[in-house]
Amino acid sequence: MFAELNSILNSSPESFKQGEFILVSDRQTDASFLIHHFLSFYLRAGCKVCFLGLVQSFSHYSAVSQRLGVSLNQAREKGQLVFLEGLKESLGVLLQGDTSNGTPALDFLRDPSSGLRGLYDFVHGNIRGSEGRAEDWGPPVLMVDDLSVVLSLGVSVGAVLDFSHYCRATFCSELQGTMVILVRCEAEEEEEESDEGSERLQRGLTHQCSLTLQVQGLPTGYCRDIHGEVEVCWRGRCDGLQIQRKLFQYKVCDKGTLFFARGTSSAVL
Amino acid sequence: PATTATEVSVGKSTGDRLSCNTTSFQKKSRSKLVSIPGTRPSVQNGQLIVSTGVTSLDYVIGGGLAVGTLLLIEEDRYDSYSRMLLKYFLAEGVVCGHELYVASAQDHPSDIIQELPSPILDDIASPKPVESQTKPCDPEGPDTMSIAWRYQNLPKVQTALASSSRFGHYYDVSKTMDPEICQAARCHGFYLPEHSATVSPMPEAYVALLKNLQEVIHREGFDGSLPQTKSRNVLRIGLHSLGSALWGDDLCCRDNPSHGHALTTLLYGLRALLRSSLSVALVTVPSHLIQNKALMGRITRLCDTAVALESFRGSERETNPLYKDYHGLLNVCQVPHLNCLVCDLPDNKDLAFKLKRKQFTIERLHLPPDLSETVSRVSHGGLAGAAMLGSSGCGSAGNKHLDF
Repeated sequence: MFAELNSILNSSPESFKQGEFILVSDRQTDASFLIHHFLSFYLRAGCKVCFLGLVQSFSHYSAVSQRLGVSLNQAREKGQLVFLEGLKESLGVLLQGDTSNGTPALDFLRDPSSGLRGLYDFVHGNIRGSEGRAEDWGPPVLMVDDLSVVLSLGVSVGAVLDFSHYCRATFCSELQGTMVILVRCEAEEEEEESDEGSERLQRGLTHQCSLTLQVQGLPTGYCRDIHGEVEVCWRGRCDGLQIQRKLFQYKVCDKGTLFFARGTSSAVL
Repeated sequence: PATTATEVSVGKSTGDRLSCNTTSFQKKSRSKLVSIPGTRPSVQNGQLIVSTGVTSLDYVIGGGLAVGTLLLIEEDRYDSYSRMLLKYFLAEGVVCGHELYVASAQDHPSDIIQELPSPILDDIASPKPVESQTKPCDPEGPDTMSIAWRYQNLPKVQTALASSSRFGHYYDVSKTMDPEICQAARCHGFYLPEHSATVSPMPEAYVALLKNLQEVIHREGFDGSLPQTKSRNVLRIGLHSLGSALWGDDLCCRDNPSHGHALTTLLYGLRALLRSSLSVALVTVPSHLIQNKALMGRITRLCDTAVALESFRGSERETNPLYKDYHGLLNVCQVPHLNCLVCDLPDNKDLAFKLKRKQFTIERLHLPPDLSETVSRVSHGGLAGAAMLGSSGCGSAGNKHLDF
């Protein structure tokens, strides 16, 4: 986890806000470093994490988490981490198409119009399933990397929003846990094609969430020392706080990420 | 030990075996697995990488192509240079002894194989079968040198086809590869007109391709299904012009394609296959025909490395003195960060390529010095405007011409 990001978000593994829906979105850049941060953060905090890894293999997250000081293999063995390897399970569904084997979680690959009900049941089952041992771990956490890929697989935006709504009701409201979802957008925000799927998805999820981190490249172009900008936006709904926004620049390093105020990069100063 | 993007385990000490060093140091622990020829661990993060066949392309994508990943090439308008890159990729596979898988809806795979460029090697005695590798010397054997022991590990005669000390080879495009060398390589082809349709959610052609590819991977043991007696090898997959109308897809023909997610589902399945086997794929897509930019963005996201080519041929830039040394522009759209948070990349984003007989070079685009006697600002405006293009989304760092 990234120490600077913890101080920006005012949270630490010992004390963090519960019932949060955190949306990480990126536009023409890669925000997956934030997913690695949150994964190691919640594992350190002792929460039970359900991770839907739809785009990369388990070994990828494991290798990065190793550098951040957390062992995913151990967490999985202890039962703290439930990891759905989307890629591995998808082949069986895509090629054979039979309903007998394979997890029903990826049913949407077989029939995209059926929505993400199977995925929700999987998540629900894994959090509820170990009821007896649920006391060992902290509040449950759901992480998805990344949710917009299901749009490429044919699922409609409405179905994805339904999924996130159901998950939020379960995780955030009922169990006072946390949700962290990554969505990726391709188009520029100002283009007329704003009706495109991932844009609508991002807007719909922004409406539902309580904290967003929007990652973008620098508007002036590529820079080696500053990889981009992060806009953190708190949507205080429960306690009636105003919406608070902060903008930071970041640079991803081998073992972490540096966050700094605009214009204060060490390369500049 | 080298890490891979896939979960198949590869033998240790790959770096040791492949470089012919003059030290007499030998690792005590000799693992049973043989290192794969034509691959080496990346200097940045230890991942197993292969060469794309073009050494300058290897450089701009961070050293090489990681095993288990997918390289997307956005075709130039006439599909001339992208085809060339596909051929370099396959030729590199032949020279390194990898197995090949070629799929095309347009040309028969065997035609593509016959047209591969001929490799330029230092000295070839005769094309030996590629399976024989130079084995490391046994320290206790009768040939052990006792006086000139520092030269123990130098190769005796350079007759092996793959000069293992070099990563990546050079090719002469004016000649085609020797048929004997081609035949020594194991090649699996998928020619769409020869395959019958099957029923599924995707257009049938893509399903048939994915099924066939999975069968080959499983049968030949690239996913670790075969016992360890067989030495490990890498499968190079070349898929030509996916998304074009010949594959039965209307992505390139309509703004709202009827199966908008067919190609993206294929790419997802392809990624799943690649991550679970010792293979590397190169896919070319006619992106200039796809009107929907967001769709192209999704296709790029589903690939690991993405490179776009834009050739000057037939456009007004062909006669532009700015570009007279080059054949086109190359844009590195995306580079993956696998098993790591960040990887080191070359800085400059304005790249241009030219295809010479013996080399496909990719260079930084720079403006030639202005040697005209009368410096007129009016004429420079046109050149400067043209220099801005081609580096999409990366700002205007291309204009290095100082106007006095």
